[in-house]
Amino acid sequence: MHIVVCIKQVPDSAQIRVHPVTNTIMRQGVPAIINPYDLFALEEALRLKDKHGGTVTVITMGPPQAEGALRKALSYGADDAILITDRAFAGADTLATSFALASAIRQIQKNMPVDMVFTGKQTIDGDTAQVGPGVAKRLDFQLLTYVSKVSSVLPKEGQIVVERRAEGGVQLLKSRLPCLITILEGNNEMRFATMPNMFRAARHAVKVWDREAAGITDEDVVRIGLKGSPTVVSKVFAPTPHTDPAEMIDVESGNPRDIADTVLAKMFTRFPVVAKEIAKRA
Amino acid sequence: MSEKFDAIVVGAGPSGNAAAYTLAKAGLNVLQLERGESAGSKNVQGAILYADALERMIPDFREDAPLERHIIEQRMWVLDDESFVGSHYRSDAFNKEPHNRYTIIRAQFDKWFSGKVQEAGALVVCETTVTSLLRDEKNRVVGVQVDREGGTIYADVVILADGVNSLLAKKADFHPEIEPKNVALAVKEIHFMPQEVLQERFNIGEEEGVVIELFGKITNGMMGTGFLYTNRESIAIGIGCMLSDFKEQKTTPYELLEQMKNHPSIKPLLAGGEMKEYTAHLIPEGGYKAIPKIYGDGWMIVGDSGMFVNAVHREGSNLAMTTGRLAAETIIEAKAAGKEMTAASLAEYRKKLDDSFVIKDLKKYQEMPDIFHSNRQFFTTYPELVNRSVHSMLHVDGVDKKTKEREIFSSFKQNRSLFGLMGDAYKLWRAFR
Repeated sequence: MHIVVCIKQVPDSAQIRVHPVTNTIMRQGVPAIINPYDLFALEEALRLKDKHGGTVTVITMGPPQAEGALRKALSYGADDAILITDRAFAGADTLATSFALASAIRQIQKNMPVDMVFTGKQTIDGDTAQVGPGVAKRLDFQLLTYVSKVSSVLPKEGQIVVERRAEGGVQLLKSRLPCLITILEGNNEMRFATMPNMFRAARHAVKVWDREAAGITDEDVVRIGLKGSPTVVSKVFAPTPHTDPAEMIDVESGNPRDIADTVLAKMFTRFPVVAKEIAKRA
Repeated sequence: MSEKFDAIVVGAGPSGNAAAYTLAKAGLNVLQLERGESAGSKNVQGAILYADALERMIPDFREDAPLERHIIEQRMWVLDDESFVGSHYRSDAFNKEPHNRYTIIRAQFDKWFSGKVQEAGALVVCETTVTSLLRDEKNRVVGVQVDREGGTIYADVVILADGVNSLLAKKADFHPEIEPKNVALAVKEIHFMPQEVLQERFNIGEEEGVVIELFGKITNGMMGTGFLYTNRESIAIGIGCMLSDFKEQKTTPYELLEQMKNHPSIKPLLAGGEMKEYTAHLIPEGGYKAIPKIYGDGWMIVGDSGMFVNAVHREGSNLAMTTGRLAAETIIEAKAAGKEMTAASLAEYRKKLDDSFVIKDLKKYQEMPDIFHSNRQFFTTYPELVNRSVHSMLHVDGVDKKTKEREIFSSFKQNRSLFGLMGDAYKLWRAFR
């Protein structure tokens, strides 16, 4: 069984800030982490490997420093890692990214057939949740999104059963392999790397693929990077916070019931909808 | 199937990096373990880089090391509540290359240094904490145990470069728990401001930097000092006092830093800056007398863990790098001579240190901690008197200068009897001699 896990190195959004004057995202000094959703995908893949054996390959497309994310994935137990990096990929939106990743996975398949591709449900820096489905479509893999858990895999039968979170409940889906699964957060926890794996990760030669190695021909150059990206971010801005001044209400008697009455009266005058709704339910 | 190395270095600060770099460069099979997410992620320093110690290992470090500014001006301020008396030394000679001192930002610098260590061939593994040392039946150190599954790792020698509060050294009984009187607690902030504003404010050019050493009433009578360094587009400001003093006075370090930042002579220097980083760290300042045993069968101690800080001259990272390098050279020589890494063969490390500026400087100032611990007038009375005297001389009010001089002298005598004054002068002279 061969699982490819797509990960992305993202700026730790908990530490990102928007420049107060220019409204641009200040990335300087923000530490890079593996997209947290991807960690759930990787752990789920590693658990399947623990159970059924097989190989887990991690891939990422990004700048050279994204190698750090791959090394970390190796330390958790991934068997192999491929960094897809080329100036030609710069500026890619989700369409161009999924084209490049799908092409790279096809290259991987030339050496070893791929049974499953795992991704996080989305990244925390783009929040689109489009790349996984885009890759599945291009590879003509069965697509299973928002999967909270892989219940069982029958590699010989080429079948998989997953739990998928849907509105109003959980769907139990059976699908054929190969498939692409986007994994939800929260149902597993990334393991603590063993020392032998830390050694292996530190010594492992991460494969670096440029455009050609990733199987993208000269004529397909227009489908990757900025050229292959129809989405244009025209403006980034921080929404203005509501800064209505607080109003001091003086209740002479100071008695709690009077205070409550005054506050409620004030609220109902200000937001008549609330008053109406309460009146209706009362 | 545990792994075995020629040497394991615990910690990736300046001393650990220097040791690992030197060992790897000599072709030894080296493992460096760091508990932080990356080299430098746990480290705090002002920070000044003294080129010499690094240059001896990496002569061309200036080509790619992340350096902020080379220092062309040193200010020493003795502060009273609303004034300071200071001396400034500025020289264009400091602009001549190669420069001797630089301000650096440690997070960036340590990453760079760690890159050099890896290039030299050492295996660097981060996010891994050494929990104990492994011993053989003769009680020799033969490796380390880390906090991960399968974490038994062997080596001929283990270098402890795990910093001021070395839990490992304590656990292994190499030295007792560090005493509050031997360690300073320092806090530091980094304030960002546009490069042009900073350069105008300090009257410096593109690459030039200023250091201000602060001393006096800012420490509320505690034994300690403050500092202000100019980086490329930020100012590092901090203050540190002995931990025992903080404990006694029940002052918090951040209160002290706030108070210092609001001093009328300092506040304008920081105006308009945006505080982006707040850190705190312990600094081993016990000096020569507090140096523990630094080698034994299969182990060595380098850097802060060995108390290698010259508090008087604010030198630490250069002592750390030098001790790391000398420890490594001791190992390399012992290995070349086919010797085992016993206490007898590692004793050469202490000899090398004794012959270096490290021990010579620490010995020179060995009385300093005791003198300052028991003579608080140096931090309160004198700064106040000096400031008042200068003020009196500069305040023109019709009183003749002779009378003013007499008043100043009598105010010194009043606060510190004649014997006290002479005694203090003698003590200081002895300590600095």
